[in-house]
Amino acid sequence: MEAHAAHPPVANKSSRVDSRLLGIYIFIASEVMLFGSFFTAYFFARVVVGPKEYTTWPPEPFELPVYLALLNTIILMTSSFTMHWALQSIKRNNRAGLIAGLLLTFLLGSTFLLIQAREYTRLGFGPDDLAFGSTFYGLTGLHGMHVFVGLNLLAYALIRAVRGHYGPAPHDHLGVEIPGIYWHFVDVMWIVVYTTVYVV
Amino acid sequence: MRNPFRSEAEAFSFVIVAALVFLVVALVGAAFGGWWALAAFLVLAVGVGVWMRSEPKVREPAVWSHRPHERRRILVIANETVAGEALRSEIVRRSEDGAEVLVVCPALNSPLRHWASDDDHAREEAHGRLEASLSALAAAGVEARGEVGDADPLQAIEDCCRTYDPDELIISTHPPGRSNWLERGLLEVVRAAYDLPIAHVVVDLEAEAASSSTARSS
Repeated sequence: MEAHAAHPPVANKSSRVDSRLLGIYIFIASEVMLFGSFFTAYFFARVVVGPKEYTTWPPEPFELPVYLALLNTIILMTSSFTMHWALQSIKRNNRAGLIAGLLLTFLLGSTFLLIQAREYTRLGFGPDDLAFGSTFYGLTGLHGMHVFVGLNLLAYALIRAVRGHYGPAPHDHLGVEIPGIYWHFVDVMWIVVYTTVYVV
Repeated sequence: MRNPFRSEAEAFSFVIVAALVFLVVALVGAAFGGWWALAAFLVLAVGVGVWMRSEPKVREPAVWSHRPHERRRILVIANETVAGEALRSEIVRRSEDGAEVLVVCPALNSPLRHWASDDDHAREEAHGRLEASLSALAAAGVEARGEVGDADPLQAIEDCCRTYDPDELIISTHPPGRSNWLERGLLEVVRAAYDLPIAHVVVDLEAEAASSSTARSS
């Protein structure tokens, strides 16, 4: 009886996937559904409501800063390369490369968020301006929050890397691998958001 | 099927693929309009779907924890050859220091039965061979246990690496020219994917049967 009370039951590993990796898979699957619901709202506003109410999309007089967002896209894409470099470095036992890669990724992600915040202050419309404003801020804001979460994970990984954690063996750098998977997912989501909201 | 987020490296590749796909969608949208962009997206999405359904040429090593054990652990992957004398001798030789042995028999199945999820017969056959092999090993003084594994030997190895954490691996096959596993390049893939000592044992069941019948008749 005491043994049961002293600790939780042994985890069932019937999935045969490392539980930490399984956790990020399930999390990403739920995130895909969350983004899917926001995209559904955006396309409903644009394809179903938009043609009845407005002659153009974005509705006049609103305009989106396509080139500034393109710069942000390039910054975020670059951060995926630095993230990949960080992980490849620790796989080769190159700690300096790991720290430099994580630091660069963190800085690029922070730059992305700062540019997006600056963009918000100069757009000239808010989330309460038509369905367009609501869905635009909903999608880009949701993505921005994910970048913020990713930055927290990166900061944590960076601090651990500076303190000498992680190694070349697979189980020794899961703490970088999992934030890396999340960061690339956030990057893929931005590519979809940028193309659908800003370009097409 | 590929999981685009299986590892950081695969997720990074997926970022590149997504960027290329949406670059094409954006260009089509800018040139012809939104509905053409949607059509381009659908066509490319089908292409990416087909790509994701295919098997990667080289699999990233599975992420699994390998820590030293009190007793060395040997993982044996064998199907029909599990009953072979050559394999049994090799296991006995390698486990002389008291190593633990896990024998895994992939439940090979026909493609039709596989797609119909009809694997009961294949598992029964694999189980029968496994039981016979374990009895022979026990008679030779080897403490071994066995499992029926996934029909795909690579998947069976990956599963066992996660749950058993072996120190070395023995792969048993038919001779070259008669072995489907060798034909598919199983050894090369496993050697590339796992940082473990890997031994390959060739079991010629026909030759063993012929020599044992000769011995009986003489």
